[in-house]
Amino acid sequence: MAEYILEMNHIVKEFSGVRALDDVNFKVRQGEIMAICGENGAGKSTLMNVLSGVYPYGEYSGDIVYRGETCKFHSIRDSEKKGIVIIHQELALSPYLSIAENVFIGNERKHNGVIDWTETRREAQKLLERVGLGHENVNVPVNSLGVGKQQLIEIAKALGKKADLLILDEPTAALNDQESKQLLDLMLQLKAQGMTCIIISHKLNEISYVADSITIIRDGHTIETLQKGTDDFSEERIIKGMVGRELTNRYPKREDCKIGDVIFEVKNWNVYHPDDANRQMLKDINIKVRAGEVVGLAGLMGAGRTELAMSIFGRTYGQKFSGDICINGKKAEIKSVQDAINHKLAYVSEDRKTYGLILIDSIKFNMTLSALRKFFSRKGVVDQSQEAVKAEEYRHRINVKTNTVEQAVGSLSGGNQQKVVLAKWMLTQPDVLILDEPTRGIDVGAKYEIYTVINELAKSGKAIIIISSEMPEIIGTCDRTYVLNEGEIAGELVGSEMTQEAIMGKIMAHNNRKGEL
Amino acid sequence: MENTAVKNPAQKKVNLSLKQYGMVLALIAVYLIFAVITGGKNLAPMTVNNIIMQNGYVIILAVGMLLCVLTGNVDLGVGSVVATCGAVAGTLIVDFGVSSPVAMLASLAVGALFGAFVGFFVSKLEIPPFIVTLATMLMGRGLCYVILQAQTKGPLPDSYTWVSTGFLPTIKVGGVDMICIAVAVVIAVFVVLGDLRAQAVAKKNGLPTVHTWQLAVKDIVIIGIEGFFFYKLGCYNGIPIMLILVAIVVAIYHFITTQTVAGRQIYAMGGNAKAARLSGINTQKVFFWVYANMGLLCGLAGIVLSARNASATPKAGDGFEMDAIASCYIGGAATSGGVGTIVGAVVGAFIMGILNIGMSLAGFDTNVQKIVKGAVLLGAVTVDLLSKRKKG
Repeated sequence: MAEYILEMNHIVKEFSGVRALDDVNFKVRQGEIMAICGENGAGKSTLMNVLSGVYPYGEYSGDIVYRGETCKFHSIRDSEKKGIVIIHQELALSPYLSIAENVFIGNERKHNGVIDWTETRREAQKLLERVGLGHENVNVPVNSLGVGKQQLIEIAKALGKKADLLILDEPTAALNDQESKQLLDLMLQLKAQGMTCIIISHKLNEISYVADSITIIRDGHTIETLQKGTDDFSEERIIKGMVGRELTNRYPKREDCKIGDVIFEVKNWNVYHPDDANRQMLKDINIKVRAGEVVGLAGLMGAGRTELAMSIFGRTYGQKFSGDICINGKKAEIKSVQDAINHKLAYVSEDRKTYGLILIDSIKFNMTLSALRKFFSRKGVVDQSQEAVKAEEYRHRINVKTNTVEQAVGSLSGGNQQKVVLAKWMLTQPDVLILDEPTRGIDVGAKYEIYTVINELAKSGKAIIIISSEMPEIIGTCDRTYVLNEGEIAGELVGSEMTQEAIMGKIMAHNNRKGEL
Repeated sequence: MENTAVKNPAQKKVNLSLKQYGMVLALIAVYLIFAVITGGKNLAPMTVNNIIMQNGYVIILAVGMLLCVLTGNVDLGVGSVVATCGAVAGTLIVDFGVSSPVAMLASLAVGALFGAFVGFFVSKLEIPPFIVTLATMLMGRGLCYVILQAQTKGPLPDSYTWVSTGFLPTIKVGGVDMICIAVAVVIAVFVVLGDLRAQAVAKKNGLPTVHTWQLAVKDIVIIGIEGFFFYKLGCYNGIPIMLILVAIVVAIYHFITTQTVAGRQIYAMGGNAKAARLSGINTQKVFFWVYANMGLLCGLAGIVLSARNASATPKAGDGFEMDAIASCYIGGAATSGGVGTIVGAVVGAFIMGILNIGMSLAGFDTNVQKIVKGAVLLGAVTVDLLSKRKKG
């Protein structure tokens, strides 16, 4: 059958007795974009690793039929030779090498083992034009580009390998809306040139935008394949397939939540860039949060939301701070993370792997880390049984899916890792929680559970600040939101005023105002 | 408080992690192999005594080094600082007629000063420890030669050498010291009681407990080793002062790393410094104290070494940093930081010590000894890493 470029038949893959993939079947037509959807841990990444030869032939059972031929890949090189190229979630670029070097890394243009630099640069330039980066200088180091452009360099790299089947694993996870749009449009453009793509993504709106068919995987099984035109491509329909039930409301309602007095206030807050004392990153920021209130910080990437959160949280970002932080109406001196914790402030970072968790250590170790001195020790000696009891209690309370709190957090799925970070900060018994992208890269089910925890916290009278790049999340979870743009508060929206249009409107209006000055 | 035991009525049983004790088995294996090679010479009471006498300083340094290794770094200056500390003590006694206790305090002070110096550069100025300690390695050695004017200072009085050569009084019955036997029995009781208590606590809190027979096997092996060790010491001169000193150091640092907030902070920082900082840990402070502490222990090792040699020599302590680092890695510490235990490092140091003594007894050339030690280090770490990889 020439119509199908790839068929995966009865794929089974086990990890020490646990079936990660159990009889997976799907077919990809020549020249289409197929999306693979599933919750975290459903087996998507494992499946792609089987396809690309990361798990060599023999470690799984089942057939991979590519262009009518049964393939037995022993490594990534084997699959790349056939034209199957995978772009992983984490960028595989060497930051200090030039764009041209990165594009041809592992695939050097050479004659008799000597690299032909002229050809390398010329070909790199051509490839950059194909991905819409024709104006970039191929000789500059790749880390001088933003994440969005780096992702496009990855695609150029794949094209340099003469890819016929491109696999993108969460390509837009780190990109903002505009960059994501650019990447998706590039996919459509490549499709028009005859490229076949498989995309894995949690962002269902993106999938409905680019995909011709959607294969849904749940618990290692292929559940169904939806075709464009014949099947319903709505987000609700996809979610139903992924979780196996209708998730009628993605944002649980907060009921009987009393909003009290202002307990957290930032006044005239100014911060400069940590490496450049003349560059002001945050200008005259004023925000207030009441007890039991959930307040959003909306804005585009680079608007200064994370910078604001981190500068408040023990001055972990920036220099030359001015302005006041008031907690319960009293001015608080917060100069270190320890001060922040003592003032009952908590910050759940946007990047749980880098800033939130110690991956090699256990769930228990991570959960109690921030509260250790205050709640789990006497005269510097750790109370280990108290620690074990509390960790166990929180494991149940926020539903971390694991058998024991001794398990290393590195082995948990993203959603469960996020729950551990949340538990870690809940255990410090804060009054004010700042949650930076609390549901980034985690599946719908885990998101719902995290929203539920947020609601419980609000009900118990905590003040909560949510930073999110997903506007529906801000709208769905917050009582009120501030819109940040270029380090300033561009506006404030309350209750039903919060819509995607209104948020964008505030940003545009702010840009225009700045333009006039 | 809510007790989770209610939710978990069925007590879960888990297996003892064998990997944790792998190095102990390796220790026994190495010892037995040399027992065969040397025709039982290394089983002699004097040899057993020498294992502790000749390796006391390596154990002390390995303990301090482990903390550095936990942060993901090493201290290269250790050997030179040990020599300088010994040199200061020796010069004070021989040239200035200072009393032994004062000289010992001076040695500790010089070590701590060196440590604080390194700590200042690594924590406040954020200079990589590898470079700072490479500098102290050179500076320390030079300073040592300058202080001693390139000569050996000695002999040191008994009141000083007592630390490394003295023994506790003995009560010999049938040629065996009863104090040694008593200590062995007390330790055996503590080992068993400790396990029973841990099991009881786990049970009370509804946490999984270890299979009883596995604990029994573990305890028999451990009590067997310590019983053998103390019996042999009892057949010789009884308990060396050095052993008491080393035991106190090991006990203190084992407690710090396993039971205290400070210990947790070192592990957290080594595992992920950025996350540790955002969890409220003052990583600069941790860094400072880890290196300052290493300096202090160098001061202690300086006393022990010069006391054993009854003199201070400019070449003393050459290559000690490598022995200490190797002990940590053999004992299961990770080069990337965040993984490792004091007990592991001590076992690592014992393996190195048994190798040294065994090879000397077997008449291996000193150059060959280095080849073997290198191979053992590489082999131990390779096996350790490969076994971890399979699990992942």
